[in-house]
Amino acid sequence: MDKIGIPRGLFYYYYGDIWKYFFENLKISYIVSPNTNKEIMEKALKASGDEMCLSLKTYLGHVEYLKDKCQYILIPRISNYKKNNQTCTNFWAVYDIVKNQTDTKLLHYNIDLEKRKTLKKGLYKIAKQLGKEKHQIRKAYKNAIIRYKKQRKKEISINLNKLKSDKTKILIVSHPYNTYDSLIGKDIIKYLIKNDVEVIYCDKFSSKITNKLGETLAKELYFKYSKDNIGSIVYCKDKIDGIIFISSFPCAPDSLVNELVTRKIKIPNINLIIDDNSSFTGLETRLESFLDMLGGLDND
Amino acid sequence: MINIAFPQMGDYYVPANYLLSHIFKANVIKAPKITSKTIELGTKNSPEFICTPFKYTLGTMIECLDKKANILIQMGGGCRYGYYANLQEKILQDLGYEFKMINLVTKGDTNFRRINKLFKQIDPKYSKLKTIYYGFISLKMVKYMDKIDDYIRQNIGFEQKKGSFENLKAEMLIKFSKVKSYIELKKLYNKYLKRFKNIKTHKPDKPLKIGIIGELYTLMEPFSNYYLEKQLAQNNIEIKRFTNVHYLLFEKSKKLKKYLKNNEYVKYNMGADASDNINHCKYLCENGYDGIIHIKSSFCTPEIGAMPIINKIASKYEVPILFFSFDSATSETGIKTRLEAFYDMLEMRKRN
Repeated sequence: MDKIGIPRGLFYYYYGDIWKYFFENLKISYIVSPNTNKEIMEKALKASGDEMCLSLKTYLGHVEYLKDKCQYILIPRISNYKKNNQTCTNFWAVYDIVKNQTDTKLLHYNIDLEKRKTLKKGLYKIAKQLGKEKHQIRKAYKNAIIRYKKQRKKEISINLNKLKSDKTKILIVSHPYNTYDSLIGKDIIKYLIKNDVEVIYCDKFSSKITNKLGETLAKELYFKYSKDNIGSIVYCKDKIDGIIFISSFPCAPDSLVNELVTRKIKIPNINLIIDDNSSFTGLETRLESFLDMLGGLDND
Repeated sequence: MINIAFPQMGDYYVPANYLLSHIFKANVIKAPKITSKTIELGTKNSPEFICTPFKYTLGTMIECLDKKANILIQMGGGCRYGYYANLQEKILQDLGYEFKMINLVTKGDTNFRRINKLFKQIDPKYSKLKTIYYGFISLKMVKYMDKIDDYIRQNIGFEQKKGSFENLKAEMLIKFSKVKSYIELKKLYNKYLKRFKNIKTHKPDKPLKIGIIGELYTLMEPFSNYYLEKQLAQNNIEIKRFTNVHYLLFEKSKKLKKYLKNNEYVKYNMGADASDNINHCKYLCENGYDGIIHIKSSFCTPEIGAMPIINKIASKYEVPILFFSFDSATSETGIKTRLEAFYDMLEMRKRN
């Protein structure tokens, strides 16, 4: 039995790599739940309330999957990244929701930069709980962060290079836990790549740049992840041909922000909303006509 | 000419109106009562899966703008409510209205500097001293209104002459809106409290008691919960509700800190009122209430997260709980039927 279970959802797409490197360095065994599949989805629907957003539902499904496969499940809580950079309230609540549902022990830390609770402190706390020495932790954390930063830099430069391509360029504006989830966004991305489209991801820009740019499009916005996402639109607005918004039903920040942004920008865009009943066939038709329209614009 | 308008919530238009009309040399437009037409207007212009308060307030704003309002005031809570104003401003501009939007609170907090800056946009020559004085009176007015409402909720189900509570309250609100000083307000409050206590009731020793918890807007705006409290009162039920403006402004942050210490159900603030409601649910269970009703507008994210935990607590203490999720398309008959069944069940439990 592995020691730590990491659910592949929500936080995983922001911190998964750091966690993996950190635990590898400390020689702690971990298991990451597989890509969202039918089995997990069935578990998710049983474990979650019917009005929760699809991303939270699948996350709870992943937790259910891991329940008897590990000793601890890692579930952090993220409240804010300094002033005016809140996260969605689901990120605040998910630890308490899971705690009341499962008997498996939970590992958790809290990121709340307004109260000076950082990732570093959180990971130190977890490792200490698992019985590691301080000097080991320090080394492991340092290595993990360096490795993560290197990898991130590479991803960003690949993404930036795509902007120079001659193909039709489409920016995907969506939270990474939706974009890369095999049930929500993966099919869409696959379809686009198959149709010879250069896919640019909104989360693979430096957040320092996009966060500030996001404010120019939506002033006083205080959702950090949404700000990063829409900042990428401002960053590459002259270089892209179209935008695809993907959101899970019913995402709270997206319902406001995407509506506001689509009213303000003048780039062709479609808004795809995925719920637990939607099939890819329906989406395919919409994507096809969107691509046709973009092609038509080029020919004129 | 400055015409100020703001979306209303329950009876709180009285103190808000009082404050604005005393600070600014402006005409305060009273928002018309919410009707099905308001909701229709709001829904038509709202995004797809927004929570219901957005639709209500947007509808009210359109109606106010049609009455020639040119300054709109909006406030925000700790969830996505805090970002309503910016999107509503854009939607109304796209509809072709000309106005200025003032958003006093974002993400649940505000400070004097921000308010000062925003008030200067309305009237550059407004008096700060006056604002502090009348602000103080308005806040006290809110406090007194909430106290009286608490008393009414406990007793309105047992009044001997129908409508005596409501009529007296309407009279009180009119008197409140014409106060000149704090002392006068306090005297009025004491006088009316006495009069409320003198209203004859036939309250039994152990009446049915129901606690109402849930999302704040739906709780406080009676139209959006289809006059739930009124319907309960007609069935001779004592009602307890925690959420009111005074609670949100002054008591919440302190109480929440206390709650979250050594709590077996919640460790963190789950956003908006979710953690509060979990603890209120526990309080109701432990203090012998016969039933709990949880209401929210559909898609209210923090409450959706809190619901499984509330359900767990209620089933642990074996207290019946009823969940309502109100949308602009909810039918009133459906609610009535469910409420009657719930009430019958409670009464049967009580008798056995």
